[in-house]
Amino acid sequence: MAEKLDQIFVQAKHELVRWLLCHVPGAWAEVLSALLSIATLLVAFAALFALTTLLERKGLGRIQNRYGPNRVGPFGLLQPVADGIKALTKEDVVPRAADQVVHFIAPLVLVVPVFLALAVLPVGRNMVVVDLDAGLLFFFAVGAATELSVFMAGWSSRNKYSLLGAMRAIAQMISYEVPLILSAVTVVMMAGSLSTVRIVEVQAGFSGWLPHWHVLTPWGLAGFLLFLIAAAAEANRCPFDLPEGESEIIAGYYIEYSGFKFALFFLGEYIGLFAVSGLAITLFLGGWTAPLPFVQWVPSYVWFFLKLLSLIAFFIWVRGTLPRLRMDQLMSFAWKFMLPLSLINLLAAGLWRFLPEGLTRWAFCSLLLAAAYIGLGRSLVQRRNLGRRTYRFAE
Amino acid sequence: MLGEGIIKGLAETGRNFLGSYFEPDRLVTVQYPEERLPAPETARTFPFLVYDGDDWQKGLRCVACQICEKECPPQCIYIVKDITKKPDYIGKLQFQPKVFDIDLSVCMSCQICVEVCPFDAIKMDVEFELSTTDRFGRLLLHKAELAKPNEYYHKIHPAEAAEVDARLAAEKAKALAKTQADAAGKSVSPKPALKPLAPASG
Ligand code: SF4
Ligand code: SF4
Repeated sequence: MAEKLDQIFVQAKHELVRWLLCHVPGAWAEVLSALLSIATLLVAFAALFALTTLLERKGLGRIQNRYGPNRVGPFGLLQPVADGIKALTKEDVVPRAADQVVHFIAPLVLVVPVFLALAVLPVGRNMVVVDLDAGLLFFFAVGAATELSVFMAGWSSRNKYSLLGAMRAIAQMISYEVPLILSAVTVVMMAGSLSTVRIVEVQAGFSGWLPHWHVLTPWGLAGFLLFLIAAAAEANRCPFDLPEGESEIIAGYYIEYSGFKFALFFLGEYIGLFAVSGLAITLFLGGWTAPLPFVQWVPSYVWFFLKLLSLIAFFIWVRGTLPRLRMDQLMSFAWKFMLPLSLINLLAAGLWRFLPEGLTRWAFCSLLLAAAYIGLGRSLVQRRNLGRRTYRFAE
Repeated sequence: MLGEGIIKGLAETGRNFLGSYFEPDRLVTVQYPEERLPAPETARTFPFLVYDGDDWQKGLRCVACQICEKECPPQCIYIVKDITKKPDYIGKLQFQPKVFDIDLSVCMSCQICVEVCPFDAIKMDVEFELSTTDRFGRLLLHKAELAKPNEYYHKIHPAEAAEVDARLAAEKAKALAKTQADAAGKSVSPKPALKPLAPASG
């Protein structure tokens, strides 16, 4: 029964493909199967996007002791619908001085890669659109295309704010790409594979009550945290939302976008966040595997989406808590803290691999990482790169 | 240590988040159309014209002196003087406005017109739900829409209105005493005094 429930979508797809094959030539089977998976993925993540915009506004509201949207539909549940109608009916303004073509394709260049990135995420047992041997590489490769889109948008708008936003975005995304990938590399070292499906399989199984998730090891925990921070920066989430900074550069690179193109940017940002959170889950939180042995009967996709929702909730929580960083703080944090720590984490992962199992390797790796964390943190704070800034002339 | 502040901050916002579900006092939002806060005594939105008595044409206090029109910073008052006169609250013949328009979309609620009016004829309203889709029909108010009875003024700003009424009554009494004294002094050669112009009721 549990087995059936787990594979219900996979079965449904097979049945559907079989039924469709009665009407079309057999050579189409592959294409049909892929199309069906893609359609499901698009619908599921678009729905998740709608839900997240609502949850985010509600959550932020509650954090600030407000109600949040509560007018459209019961408890404001239909708010995303109202937002969608609004975005669709808005006038699409294109500045006269803008580069029309680039301005037009920039949102598409954002949305397409982030959806492509979703293709390699295993959202459940046997539920992945394509199981690439180098899935992780593919993910980072298409993820890097979003930087291009951001710069296209900022450059083509011919607006000083959008250009500033684009410059910031490029600086930030390239800086944080390094720790993002380095922290993911530890997992590749341990799993010995770049395939996302394989990485999840490695983490399946339990020792006693504890699942074999990577986050439950010292290098995994450090890698997970580094990955989360870098992911927030990649997805332009608060506190790394300098490229958009409403209060300083108005909306950054999408200042000149309105109507549906703006909605596309919005969608792209959120899907990007889902994709990178999904990857964090796949790499460190055991993907679709259950957290405890006796709840394994719950279908695997439920676990994946539960984990995804909790990560999103965490991102919302962080957004409601932290103020935006300054550009120099952002940069020094990336290069002087994140990068060295992720390099040390690589070392820790290597040690973990080659030390004999047992308490010694636990103690050794934890000590190494804790010492690095404290040392780097202290040097950052002491050099006042994250502290209060003193002004020479403007006091 | 690095990160301590972040943990503290997360705890704080977490407390706010959970608290907002369990302690209703935390939520300060007023659910506006259903719930309303009483407006403070000094609330003000846009000016209106006060009239005494029942007939707004006759009782309008404004004498079309156009001081407010000149003083209004964004110049949103438009007045045309009438050629016919009518008696004011003391009984003196005064001009009256033929046209008195205020453009609410231009008015900035500064209350300067109220401050400069020597006749207590223009006061601030508290009505604020004025949004409309008809820019010229509903936001450019004419004399007839602007005129509101003194009772209404009492209702929205009781203390202020009472003070204005007391002052006007005192002035009226003084004027009356003066006319009577004048009448007594000049009783040797009686002239048609201002008697027939019955003072408007206050
Ligand atoms: S409202 Fe007052 S200031 Fe304005 S014209 Fe009338 S009497 Fe004069
Ligand atoms: S409140 Fe100010 S802006 Fe409005 S009519 Fe009076 S003087 Fe003009």
